[in-house]
Amino acid sequence: MAYALQQLINGVTLGMIYGLIAVGYTMVYGIIGMINFAHGDVFMIGAFLSLISLTLLSVLGLSSVPLALALTLVFAAGIAALYGWTIERVAYRPLRGSFRLAPLISAIGMSIVLQNFAQVSQGARVKPIAPLIPGGIQLMNVEGFAVQLSWMQIVIVVTTLAVLGVFTYLVSATPLGRSMRACEQDQKMAGLLGIDTDKTISLTFVIGAALAAVAGLMFLLYYGVIDFFIGFVAGVKAFTAAVLGGIGSLPGAVLGGLAIGLIETFWSAYFSVQYKDVAAFSILVIVLIFLPTGLLGRTDVEKV
Amino acid sequence: MDSPLLQVTDLTMRFGGLTAVNALSFEARRGEITSVIGPNGAGKTTVFNCITGFYRPTSGGIALTHPDGAVFQLQTLPGHRIARRARVARTFQNIRLFAGMTVLENLLVAQHNALMPNVASGLLAVFGLGGHGAAEVIAIDRARGWLDRINLLPRADDPAGALPYGDQRRLEIARAMCTAPVLLCLDEPAAGLNPRESDALAELLKTIQADGCSVLLIEHDMGVVMRISDHIVVLDHGQRISDGDPAHVRADPNVIAAYLGEGDEDDPDVPLAAASDGPLAAAS
Amino acid sequence: MNPILKDAGISALVALGLFGPMIGLKTEASATGLFLVPRPLALAAAVAAVFFGRLVLLTWRGRRPGRYRANRGLSEALKRSGRFLTPVLLAFAVVLPFISGRYGIDLGILVLTYVMLGWGLNIVVGLAGLLDLGYVAFYAVGAYSFALLSQTFGLGFWTCLPLAGLFAATWGVMLGFPVLRLRGDYLAIVTLAFGEIIRIVLLNATSITGGPNGIAGIPRPTLFGLQFSAAGGPDTFSGFFGLEYSPTQRVAFLYYVILGLALLTNWVTLRLRRVALGRAWEALREDEIACRSLGINVTVTKLTAFAIGAAFGGFAGAFFATRNAFISPESFTFIESAIVLAIVVLGGLGSQLGTALAAIVMIGGFEVFRDLAEYRMLLFGTALVLIMILRPRGLVSGRTPSVALGRRREISAELVAEGRG
Repeated sequence: MAYALQQLINGVTLGMIYGLIAVGYTMVYGIIGMINFAHGDVFMIGAFLSLISLTLLSVLGLSSVPLALALTLVFAAGIAALYGWTIERVAYRPLRGSFRLAPLISAIGMSIVLQNFAQVSQGARVKPIAPLIPGGIQLMNVEGFAVQLSWMQIVIVVTTLAVLGVFTYLVSATPLGRSMRACEQDQKMAGLLGIDTDKTISLTFVIGAALAAVAGLMFLLYYGVIDFFIGFVAGVKAFTAAVLGGIGSLPGAVLGGLAIGLIETFWSAYFSVQYKDVAAFSILVIVLIFLPTGLLGRTDVEKV
Repeated sequence: MDSPLLQVTDLTMRFGGLTAVNALSFEARRGEITSVIGPNGAGKTTVFNCITGFYRPTSGGIALTHPDGAVFQLQTLPGHRIARRARVARTFQNIRLFAGMTVLENLLVAQHNALMPNVASGLLAVFGLGGHGAAEVIAIDRARGWLDRINLLPRADDPAGALPYGDQRRLEIARAMCTAPVLLCLDEPAAGLNPRESDALAELLKTIQADGCSVLLIEHDMGVVMRISDHIVVLDHGQRISDGDPAHVRADPNVIAAYLGEGDEDDPDVPLAAASDGPLAAAS
Repeated sequence: MNPILKDAGISALVALGLFGPMIGLKTEASATGLFLVPRPLALAAAVAAVFFGRLVLLTWRGRRPGRYRANRGLSEALKRSGRFLTPVLLAFAVVLPFISGRYGIDLGILVLTYVMLGWGLNIVVGLAGLLDLGYVAFYAVGAYSFALLSQTFGLGFWTCLPLAGLFAATWGVMLGFPVLRLRGDYLAIVTLAFGEIIRIVLLNATSITGGPNGIAGIPRPTLFGLQFSAAGGPDTFSGFFGLEYSPTQRVAFLYYVILGLALLTNWVTLRLRRVALGRAWEALREDEIACRSLGINVTVTKLTAFAIGAAFGGFAGAFFATRNAFISPESFTFIESAIVLAIVVLGGLGSQLGTALAAIVMIGGFEVFRDLAEYRMLLFGTALVLIMILRPRGLVSGRTPSVALGRRREISAELVAEGRG
């Protein structure tokens, strides 16, 4: 019981990180219907940017951890947003409205570029950082098994919820959000009604990349070690989360992220660590067989 | 021989809270052209989609009886079996040709099951075994015959997507006929055609009927409907409001009320009144 | 200010933002934790490269407004020259071992393996319009079934080759059956997931697959029982024909094996396109709903495409295993699926000639830049993006009808659908 509670805490923390990345996939898919394969690598770049920023701040002698984290969050999200904008501008916009597979290949190319860019510029070796926020609360102690809720986990969950809160406000209550939803429904019509669709799509990428960078920072804090390859695995899982939740649905992405995080953690805890990814993917396949549009996806009635 | 070809009994189709078709019953007799008409949103296409297996009806039965007496409960069959075993062919309101394939290829795909009765024969065909070559000669002949009938023989090797609209409509009918159906379901075949093309279409449907294929027709062009139908079923709000031969339906006050009630809102073609006054009224 | 200069200036500023932290500040691990190494020169070089690159690009584009028309011209030129390009390529492929050294033959084997994989995947993606991001799974199934069969039962390459294809096809059906009713990108992610599942299982089922250590000592193929070895007895190739042994003989033989396999794939695909099954695949790519209304069993038709595509992947896998004599899960990562898919898309969906050309360009090009070491993948990724932007429809777009009453005329790519499955 205590063990399960511990896994629940770990699973939710991991799920939050996946959820943050999944939101970026789902947003882009919703608005232009493409799988942004490079999104996982933007997350990886975000983690590197966080690493650089934290190291720089400690070199500069900043000792306040909350301030360092806040500055890093803003810095990583800002630069990653610039990455998101550039990627859309360079690799996807010229292909808009063309044939469906071309942007997919372009995105795969972009993903290779980002991965190898990080490898070339920052080195192939793993980068560890010292734990920034040690300690935590002991929730209970059952027969020698202590259930820990670390400060780090609290920070991750709270930050993620706060960021998602801001984001939800952005897409539900602002003119930008309205334009985004309009473009999602019908891009051509939205354009005719005076919405700058190019700008809206750019902003979608910018927001998605910023969220991915926040996830990158969280990942760095949680695991304390990153390398240039983390983007692929995390990206595939976050995309799985987005599909599981019903691609195009924002709450679905977070729900899917939580589901994948929990499946993975519980599977590792009770069965085998090696097959945790197999478990996550198998659940995806099973869910899709019974709910072909995911947990919260819209079911399209076939128009004939 | 008196059992109807198609017997629809208490057919109901609901989408969530919306009841598109409500306890509808009607029949289509063998060798006749039966038209289903009604204002926009009356549920005509939904009925078609239930008959051809694209929707699974909420309740009710659709029985199809072949000339040899075999009966098919269409509501229980998947779509491709309805086309293959029960031999019901259809066309679509917004044309669904294989645009990137040639006219001839479109007609050959329609004869898929004759060319390839099962997967094994399909694979044997790769090595020139299993009689595929001979079957294809027959299939091409049949396609050629239909192209001749719809005057598209010179365009046989052009992509279907490059044909003018009217030709595409006729090609879609020819493609459906290449499956050798006992019942041909046409969803607004005259939509978007000019009067001359509509006349040609009516002629084509008459020859298809003469060949022994029964026709079920959804159509807004009352000129065509009144001229060629043997039997008309009128729907409104998912229910049958009239049923009979063209003269009967035209005189039915329910029908006139339904059309006039709709007509001033969004249905611009108040067709019955026009047709009954027009020159085509005499034709039926 | 000159608008081109201004644009290049803005690009340089963006580049400064992008590269500033990543290139300008390198993190290095040390015993006491991380420290930063500033690299102002590298950063300046990268920003300058973007500035001048953009300047050159804009100037060049300003001079040549007809760029897109020129592109279509290339596609048509390739297509028209296809009639003599194909025999020339084929003749070159046949004589290559005689005119080239060991390195050239090895490169030829590599390129032909990808040509074969591309042709195999083309059946699934190009003809049937099903997006498969996990094609490497079937490649792996083929390789491992041969390796395991030979290890367990001592079977040779030629016995295992059909079995490997059969196993891969069976997997294709098993994996395909539950997921083929999914559409578009759902199918894409599920196939990707299957590819990963198979790799993870291979990596962890150590008792059977050897885990990360892989399987070594996979037998080489024989020529009607003749081995390629230095032993020189009457049951070796050199001994039987009274030749002096040279390792090149074996490599050349492997080359002809893969050439034969690739040509078999091509022949089967070309035949399939002209019979009912292949035509149904293409119809499925065009319009699934219309197919159903014509009595075509959509599930069975998709499954056959999946299975046949998988079988060719399996053949290629068995060849890969016999050629390397060693396999490990490392060879079957997602990037392989991505490369094969890129070859198919770059070649032009459904085009056999295009796929072959794309494999030559991409795999050959990749080899040419061997000296760039770690920058090579960076260049490869950039090339993928650039090629797609310049030629989104691939090298040879358009479709040749499978049958005609008169002369076969090319169908323009604008009319041809790419499938939603």
